[in-house]
Formats: sequence, structure tokens, C-alpha cells
Amino acid sequence: MSGPIQFTCPVPLAARDRIVLGHGSGGKLSAELLRDVFLPYFRSPILNRLDDQAVLEINGARLAFTTDSFVVKPLFFRGGDIGSLAVNGTVNDLAMGGATPLYLSAGFILEEGLDIEILRRAAESMGRAADSIPVEIVTGDTKVVEKGKGDGLFINTTGIGLVPEGVRLSPALVRPGDRVLLSGPIGDHGIAILAEREGIEFSTDLASDCAPLNGLVAAMLAASLDIRTMRDPTRGGLSSALNEIAARAGVGVTIEESAIPVREEVRGACEMLGLDPLYVANEGKLVAFVAPDAAEAVLEAMRRHALGRDAALIGTATGTHPGLVLLRTPFGTTRIVDMLPGDQLPRIC
Amino acid sequence: MKYVDEYRDPAPARRLIEEIRRTATRPWVLMEICGGQTHTLVKYGIEELLDGAVELVHGPGCPVCVTPLEIVDKAIAIAAIPQTIFVSYGDMLRVPGSHSDLFRVKAGGGDVRIAYSPMDALRLARENPRRRVVFFAVGFETTAPANAMAAWQAKREGLRNFSMLVSHVLVPPAIRLLLDSNLSRVEGFIAPGHVCTVMGYEEYEELAARYLVPFVVGGFEPLDLLEAIRMLVRQLEEGRAQVENAYARSVTRGGNLAARQRMMEVFEVADRNWRGIGPIAQSGFRLRAEYAEFDAEKVFGVEAISAPEPPECISALVLQGLKKPVDCPVFGTRCTPATPMGAPMVSSEGACAAYYQYRRHIAPAGAQV
Repeated sequence: MSGPIQFTCPVPLAARDRIVLGHGSGGKLSAELLRDVFLPYFRSPILNRLDDQAVLEINGARLAFTTDSFVVKPLFFRGGDIGSLAVNGTVNDLAMGGATPLYLSAGFILEEGLDIEILRRAAESMGRAADSIPVEIVTGDTKVVEKGKGDGLFINTTGIGLVPEGVRLSPALVRPGDRVLLSGPIGDHGIAILAEREGIEFSTDLASDCAPLNGLVAAMLAASLDIRTMRDPTRGGLSSALNEIAARAGVGVTIEESAIPVREEVRGACEMLGLDPLYVANEGKLVAFVAPDAAEAVLEAMRRHALGRDAALIGTATGTHPGLVLLRTPFGTTRIVDMLPGDQLPRIC
Repeated sequence: MKYVDEYRDPAPARRLIEEIRRTATRPWVLMEICGGQTHTLVKYGIEELLDGAVELVHGPGCPVCVTPLEIVDKAIAIAAIPQTIFVSYGDMLRVPGSHSDLFRVKAGGGDVRIAYSPMDALRLARENPRRRVVFFAVGFETTAPANAMAAWQAKREGLRNFSMLVSHVLVPPAIRLLLDSNLSRVEGFIAPGHVCTVMGYEEYEELAARYLVPFVVGGFEPLDLLEAIRMLVRQLEEGRAQVENAYARSVTRGGNLAARQRMMEVFEVADRNWRGIGPIAQSGFRLRAEYAEFDAEKVFGVEAISAPEPPECISALVLQGLKKPVDCPVFGTRCTPATPMGAPMVSSEGACAAYYQYRRHIAPAGAQV
């Protein structure tokens, strides 16, 4: 054959005109939805900051305010359930703003035919989770949709909390040189859930890391107020949390692959399924950017707390490659840790 | 993690790299065939570490990438039929067809499910006797035995509501096509470890003898690949063109005979279209006549769907080692994994997607990212 072999390309697809599952993945599609559909109409400078929570100055008090909806399947899983997740998830969004959580609302969307015992178990779990924080569920709502129009049980929780005097957390405060601290091994929640999902079942002792982080955050802030910003890497995993911070702070982030704690079970499952733990969800971890001088004290405070026992220094904010998260491999090379367009997809082989 | 960490150990990797650098008297051009290998090479930055000693060219071995447009269109047509359950490996869902993709069919109400094994599709067929269950049987020789097994089992059980949309392709015909092109710069090949686990490597001995190029069967971890590269460079420096095996923990010369047997019982070799490449004679599998009742194209009458592909992107040049993904004018701008314009950007195993995901920070000036 002479001349280059002729290869061709498909026509690109036009912009998405329907919601696909990837819009809920916490990755680029979710970000597009915010940018293109919500922000232009809501026009709120506070919302435009896109923090996990809004911090509102009211009569001298700084109030943190956030909401989250929970659509997990299965409803009950090893290490947690939709009830504890709904309480801890919203509490964690408040805690990431440095706030002490105070009150929650709870909204339920129930599918006709749902076993009341399931709802009772979820409510009991919510009560238990709230008591342990402590936070009070003070208002709520219940709606029922026809059979087939919902997936058993959806829960929305909204939370308010108070940000203590002197605590100020924002990606805008991040500076090159800041240290990146991670509170423990990543990927437990996502893999625990995946292991129980239809079509993928595999046996593991792994449990979700679902836990309220307000206690850990209080311990960190007691060690130093030079914490710049925090995120809990839920959907989209550690990579999405770091990418969000890098983009908002206008800094680069470099992390060390060998410094990131990942449990053997999670690594094994990820190898088998063709997933990367950096993109797998967590429900009881946080990543913090801390001023270099304060990093050691904060790390020690984390390690003294039960939820931060395996905390690690995983990287540094840099003045180079702003907006980009780079990972240094044990081979001495670097690669990009990108935000995924949608959900991670299991590979063919 | 045992059996993984040993093959990602930086210390022996450094020794291999030093040896490759010492041995190579000029920058040899090597091609890895398989997308999984491309993924590892790019993820670990191995090209960077070998710069100057070896140039790596990324071959056409990403099954998602080379599945032809018309097959994707057929999948979309079938998945949209009410009461059908369409079952696919996960990464096929995002592949754009002419006007849609399987994710959109799902968003529009189609019952599209992700599975890890065709056996899951069989189970769905048993559990849903009133619905028609279709498995999207794509891939190279690697996935063919399991897919064959599903059809074989369905026939044995008399499952009438199960069928497969088959788009299987074979590695050797694609290598032959590349080597027949007088522009090809490839001087040695890393043969695909998983494909050879099934097929063995006798077929590659014919290719090595005919085209006088060396092959080394390679695995998928960094050390597997570095060892394969080391062996290829040694062969090239010594003027040999043989087939060697650097993945002996998985591959034997004869392959997996039981798997091959079942595969050939169900499938027969046929001409196949490759996305971006076009038709290659005798380059894939179709179901044998005895299995026609399980052929989804016949069951759903979609055989006539065809989709011409407009010539545009540079994947041809990328696959021949004449260009790098970052040389493409639309790389990282109009063409990204979220909006793939070409096959190699679709799956994480595609060369362009791997570059985009891991290495666009070292893209040359001019490639906007």
C-alpha cells in the first residue's frame, strides 16, 4: 500500500440535550450543569463561589448553610445506610466551612409501595447519627410519588451551623507552598457500595467510611487557624476535590502517589474493575490545605483523632501549572490527575 | 499488593531503563499494540524515561476505539427498542455513534446496563423471559472466548430471548496492514499479552519471519513493558527478528487451547470494518451459521444500517507513528474525552485519551490545553 492508510473520524456529537447519569458524578458534566443552567439564573455572588457551603454574615454571626440529596443504592450497605449518609454528608459540608453543625432539616421522597420498616430503619439511623454529632433535626417534609416514579427512598437534608470567631476557610486563601493533608485512606465508600451493586457483586470485608467530620475539623482548628481550605472528597473522589481547589485558588497542586493512603482491598478491587482510587467516592475523609508552618501541628492533631489516625501529608500547592493537579509517580515522572467528564467506566479488558 | 507491586517497583525499572539506554545505539521505533499497554506507558510516563533511546508508537489495539460507527449505530437502534435489555461493557456506553450514544439511549428510557461479563447478560435473559436481552460482544481475541461461551451456553439452554451484537476484531490482520504500508516507521512490536494468553504467539512468528520485524509478548505493568522493550532493543541491535515472550507468567506459545476451541466452535473469521480504518479482510469474527439465532443483527433486522465516516482526524498518522496525539490541531480543544471527535479519544485506552488524561501538561507549544 502506498500513502498513509486512510483513517477517519466520527462526527462530533452536539452539546448534550438531556440529563445523563454523568451529570450527577461530581465531575466535569456536573460543573457544566452548574455553569450553564443554574448560576446564570440564580445570580448569587455567594453561590458563585461554589463552596460546599454558603457562609452568611447575619447580625455579626457567621452562619454556614448547605443542602444535599441522597440517592444511594443499595439503601443499606456495609458501614452505613442512606440515613446515616444523609446526616453525615450534610454535617460534613458544614464542617468543611469550619462550622459547628447545629440544625438539620430532612426531606423524604418515598415511592409508593415502600416497606415502612425500611423507612423506620433509615429514620432510626438518622436519629442515631444526629445524636452522635450532636445535631438536631428540627424540620422536615414527606412526599410520596407513584410506584415506578422513584427508587424507593430519596432523602434531602439541609443544615445550618455557626462558624467560630477567627475561623476563615476559603480556596481563595490558598498560597503556593501550602501543604496538602489527607485524613486517611481513600476509596472505601465507593468500593464498599460497588461491591453490593447488582452485576458487580464481589466479596469484601470493606466497609464504607461514612462518618461525621466535625470533631476532626474542630481538633484541627484547635491546633492551628492557619488552615486555608478543606473539602470532603465525596463523588468524584480526591481528584475532583483537588481540581476544584486548584481551579478556585488559581494554584497548581502536586501530590506524591506513594504518599496517598489506599487500603489493599480498595487497590485490589480497583485493579480488578479497572478503576482509579483517586476518583472513587469517600464519605468520611477530608483534604486540607494548610500553611507550611502549621502543617506539622495540624497533621499531628489529625493523627490523634480517631478519624485521622492514618492522615498523611500528600503534596504541596505550587505557583506553577495553576489550575492543574499533577501526581508524581514512584518512577519520578509526573502525570495529570484530571477531573473525569462523567462517572468512571469499567474497562473492557 | 502481591503480583502487582513487584511489577511497579521503581528500582528494577531504573536498572532496565539504564540497560535499554546503554544498548540502544539509535532511537528505535517500537509499537505497543494493545490499548491497555498504551495506558500504562502513558500513565507512568515511560516514554519520557526512554526519550532518545526508544520512540513508542501507539497501535490500534483499543477495542472501544476501533468498533465501527455502524455497529455503534446498530447498538443504539437495538437498545432503543422497548422491552429490550441491552447489556454492554462499561466503556462502550460513551462511544459516539452517528447521532447518539448509549448513555443518551439510557437517558431516553432505554434499558441499558453495564456488565463485567457476558454471563451476567445470560443471567438477565433467564430472569427476564419476556424481555429480549442483547449483549454487545466487542473486543479483540481477549474477550472472544467468554463471549463465545455465552452464546454456546445460551444454545445449550435453549434461551430464545438472548442474542449478541458481535463486533470482534483480530490483532494480526491489523499488524499486517500497518507493515504493508510503506510509510510505517515501526521497527519492532510489543505483542499484546492478553490476546496472546488466549491465542499463543505462533501467528506472530509468521509475521516476524515474513516482515523481518521482532516481536516480544508484553504484559501490562511498567516492568513487564520495560522488559519487553529491553528484549526488543536487544533483538534490533543484534539484527534478529524473532518472537520472544516477556509475559511468561500468563502466555504460552500455544495459548489457551480450551478457550480457542470454544471460540472457533461459535465464531468464524470474517471481513470486518474498523472504526477509522475501514474494512480489513479476514480481520474479525462473526457468529457461525449454527448460531444465527443468537445474532442480534438478524434478530432485530438491523443488518442494513451503515454509517459512512467523514475523513477528518489524524488517527491514521498517529497509529503509524508519523504524528503524536498532541500534534492534532483539535487535540484538547474541540476533541476531548467529554467531546471525542475521533476513536482514539473515546476510551481511556485510546492513545489520544491517554495523552489527554495524563500528559497534556508536557504538550508542545501550539497544542492548546
